[in-house]
Amino acid sequence: MRIVIGALLGAASILAIGQAAAATKLTIATVNNGDMVRMQSLTDDFKAKNPDIDLEWVTLEENTLRQKVTTDIATKAGQFDVLTIGTYEVPIWAKKGWLVPLDNLGADYDVNDLLPAIRAGLSLDGKLYAAPFYGESSMVMYRTDLFDKAGLKMPEQPTWDFIADAAKKITDKDNGVYGICLRGKAGWGENMAFLTAMSNSFGARWFDEKWVPQFDQPEWKNTLNFYVNLMKEAGPPGAASNGFNENLALFNSGKCGMWIDATVAASFVTNPKDSKVADKVGFALAPNNGLGKNANWLWAWSLAVPAGSKKVDAAEKFIAWATGKGYLDLVAAKEGWANVPPGTRASLYANPEYQKAAPFAKMTLDSINSADPNHPTVKPVPYTGVQFVAIPEFQGLGTAVGQQFSAALAGSSTVDAALAAAQAIATREMTKAGYIK
Amino acid sequence: MARRITTTRRITVTAGGWLAGFIIFFPILWMVLTSFKTELDAFSTPPQFLFFHWTTENYAIVQHRSDYIHHAMNSIILAVGSTVLGLAVGIPAAWAMAFAPTKRTRSTLLWMLSTKMMPPVGVLVPIYLIFRDTGLLDTHGGLIFVEFMANLPIIVWMLYTYFKEIPKDILEAARMDGATVGKELVYVLTPMAIPGIASTVLLNIILAWNEAFWTLNLTTVKAAPLTVFIASYSSPEGLFWAKLSAASTLAIAPIMVLGWFSQKQLVRGLTFGAVK
Repeated sequence: MRIVIGALLGAASILAIGQAAAATKLTIATVNNGDMVRMQSLTDDFKAKNPDIDLEWVTLEENTLRQKVTTDIATKAGQFDVLTIGTYEVPIWAKKGWLVPLDNLGADYDVNDLLPAIRAGLSLDGKLYAAPFYGESSMVMYRTDLFDKAGLKMPEQPTWDFIADAAKKITDKDNGVYGICLRGKAGWGENMAFLTAMSNSFGARWFDEKWVPQFDQPEWKNTLNFYVNLMKEAGPPGAASNGFNENLALFNSGKCGMWIDATVAASFVTNPKDSKVADKVGFALAPNNGLGKNANWLWAWSLAVPAGSKKVDAAEKFIAWATGKGYLDLVAAKEGWANVPPGTRASLYANPEYQKAAPFAKMTLDSINSADPNHPTVKPVPYTGVQFVAIPEFQGLGTAVGQQFSAALAGSSTVDAALAAAQAIATREMTKAGYIK
Repeated sequence: MARRITTTRRITVTAGGWLAGFIIFFPILWMVLTSFKTELDAFSTPPQFLFFHWTTENYAIVQHRSDYIHHAMNSIILAVGSTVLGLAVGIPAAWAMAFAPTKRTRSTLLWMLSTKMMPPVGVLVPIYLIFRDTGLLDTHGGLIFVEFMANLPIIVWMLYTYFKEIPKDILEAARMDGATVGKELVYVLTPMAIPGIASTVLLNIILAWNEAFWTLNLTTVKAAPLTVFIASYSSPEGLFWAKLSAASTLAIAPIMVLGWFSQKQLVRGLTFGAVK
């Protein structure tokens, strides 16, 4: 008996010593998008290279994650060592001093290889505050078979007039085919992401240089009129409740002639396991109106370290691994080039193997490059952000305005009434928040 | 005089009952069916009811991607823990209110219920800060306490209504025989109120099992229950309905089985005292 107890005690003490010597434990909060889930399954590579660092994952849906991470960082609770956040949060949180600047990503990280538009969106005063894991823009996805049937040819850089014309020609409501599917569901990250990017190409802007809302200007009226009329004539029924997923389902089941949305959708619509039209999809840049701005957005899911973290070194090591060039090679070796997280590094797009495996690569790169978060609009603006305004008030304000525009699409309000309401809401909020003096 | 029930009437009532039951059960049935579809079949229009390619790959993926057992254990710990704690406080409280009421009992009961009227997000930040400072974030203890607090008004109310139905004379008889308050509670009141207590326990376990707001906000890894497990499968960018359905089916399976086996007690408890 004594021997058994002795052995147990010995084993326990060995375990205890093992525990003490082991391991900084990093708690990583991340979204459940495909690329992130894949990263979790590849972390053995990181652990092999860093045996002294343990990883613990909190994987959540985007909106839940945003709420949780924001609560955590705003109260400085320190539950997470690495955060997955987007281009909307990074400039705001960096300005508040909530993020650690990423200065020590290592000698072979090659920060200059990051795509300039993405890097600009994640930097403040020239310092990088989050490292991009994958980047995305938006583009036109269209059905090549329907275009051929209608005798149309999609230009690489379509105009809004061409899109409207083509959408009407393709629409065949009797057979359940609609010329164009666009987001209509209210939300700052739903219909307002699309409509804000679209309004940029129409020369509109959210605010003038003095933060006065611009919804009473003709540019916004043109944008919203064009959108509502186009959707009425060539859009699917009930479009006011469609977001990314609903449109993806419609497109994949062959009900949309065109769909303008996130570049990340390209891998879904061309995957025969998910899509009935996988071999009939073409890509083009987001439309413009000849004013020098395309209607595409810019987003990057990125990894950042919260200020006050006691494990900054380990966290930076992990970030350098997950967003470095080596990780792209690792994914390519294990799962093929088509599954490499897109939109962060120039070297990836110069890689001929990647170009071969991902037919949408060039369009993704061109779309990202044509977005400029620091100069998003035709006229000057006091804010950064392409499909959003990088101020803390935007989540609430964007959603409130989005509800008005969604109502105009549903027909329960008119374009003029929606714009007037948006102007009133924005003026009130911006005055209350102290932007308008 | 008993009413005569004709065969036609019996058939209509039975068919109506089955129809209502089917309509109520349909969303769950649909979820279970979807969990056996491929992602492509999951959103096909028109929807496929039974004739699709059945597959269990979604369950395999869910199992591979997340630790179901860990989350399920946490759900059990939280649900049982908060219920036990709730009964420990709720039974004496309901006893006092039912058998020794004062002039403030009624307003106390109403006040307790009124705490349920406030949206929980209103107190998220203060509770989060308290949890941060006391080190209770992501712990079983902290979560059990919050769920216990959230469900206590319902426990007290339910037990109170059951206790009210028990004749005071029986308790008095026990007292005459020399039972102390404790003995009276344990040996007389509790056995008589078993159906009521059982349904309170079941309802409370179901409420605690489904509680999503606090569990999502106050846990990260260690104490994360099945609600967090499900939240990692819903996605605004990407159609994973089949996987989400598989995760949801796994998450509700234990509580559904429990409900299935105890539905007699549940129904008896919920209608207990309906007829005086």
